[in-house]
Amino acid sequence: MANALINVPDRTRRGEIVEIKTLISHPMETGYRRSQLGARIPRDIIRLFVCTYNGTEVFRAELHPAITANPFFVFSTVATESGTLTFQWTGDNGFSVTETAAITVD
Amino acid sequence: MIALAGASFAGEIPQAERRSGYELMSRETRAMQDDDTANPGMLAVLEGGALWARKTGAGGRACADCHGDARASMKGVAAHYPAYDTTLKRPVNLEQRINLCRTERQQSPALAYESRELLALTAYVARQARGLPIDIPVDARTQPFLDRGRAAFYRRQGQLNLACSQCHDDNWGRRLAGNTIPQAHPTGYPVYRLEWQSLGSLQRRLRNCLVGIRAEPYEYGAPEMVELELFLMWRARGMAIETPGVRP
Repeated sequence: MANALINVPDRTRRGEIVEIKTLISHPMETGYRRSQLGARIPRDIIRLFVCTYNGTEVFRAELHPAITANPFFVFSTVATESGTLTFQWTGDNGFSVTETAAITVD
Repeated sequence: MIALAGASFAGEIPQAERRSGYELMSRETRAMQDDDTANPGMLAVLEGGALWARKTGAGGRACADCHGDARASMKGVAAHYPAYDTTLKRPVNLEQRINLCRTERQQSPALAYESRELLALTAYVARQARGLPIDIPVDARTQPFLDRGRAAFYRRQGQLNLACSQCHDDNWGRRLAGNTIPQAHPTGYPVYRLEWQSLGSLQRRLRNCLVGIRAEPYEYGAPEMVELELFLMWRARGMAIETPGVRP
């Protein structure tokens, strides 16, 4: 079960730099650990995070083992027009979560 | 020697000098707790909200089916726990109360202590008390349990022969290895502890301390644990609930 917390200012002015914060829960298994019987525990991590703003990609992060269990991203973009921010996390074992947030630009 | 031992026992912290562990944390950790997007405990609160509405057990009922909107029905509830249970004739903590509801009303198996679900539900319920003062009603029924909790707090135990009070009453604010010793007010539980990299209950924290003084820790849910919880909450009466707290 994945939960994502997103913080985007609801209202802002055109041309303003807005700060966006996201936090998602993910159990994370690095792929480096072994079970008590010596078998390698398969890797289970989030590999990619992409944020699009009305269809245009504004932020992308590629993740690798041993970075973080619950990735927390803070990034900024320039508010150009009202619309939707789409956040997508994808990872191992078919992990895929998509969330959206609305932003109003005056 | 007797005089020295007497002098090292400073006793209870005056009401005005009580500080939440929050105030002894670094600026960065405080910022993490204050920002609901950065606070990892909020992930558990979110999950707890989903569990609150999910039907479970033979009863086919969700928490929400009886209690409705938790924001109204659970407002401030966690500030009164552990609370006296008239059937069991002893105080129960919030985790135990949730499990009592599950087994009796939802006819669903009890959740294990420190399980993801139980922590999430507890965090969700306790979150509804955030900002409200801790208020533990003391009456003839709870007094003996409170007294036993108090005795445990002041009792030297373990191979290191230390009482809780020797660190948390007498030496708070000083350093123990790299850490500042807090006053041990349970204001933010279940708490996201950076050292654990996860959410944990007050009992997990108490067991940590007991292992630290090399005492045999009580089992989760043991009456001794609840009594100590009761005393700690009473000791922190009037202080605001911070759930979900973040601690180093």
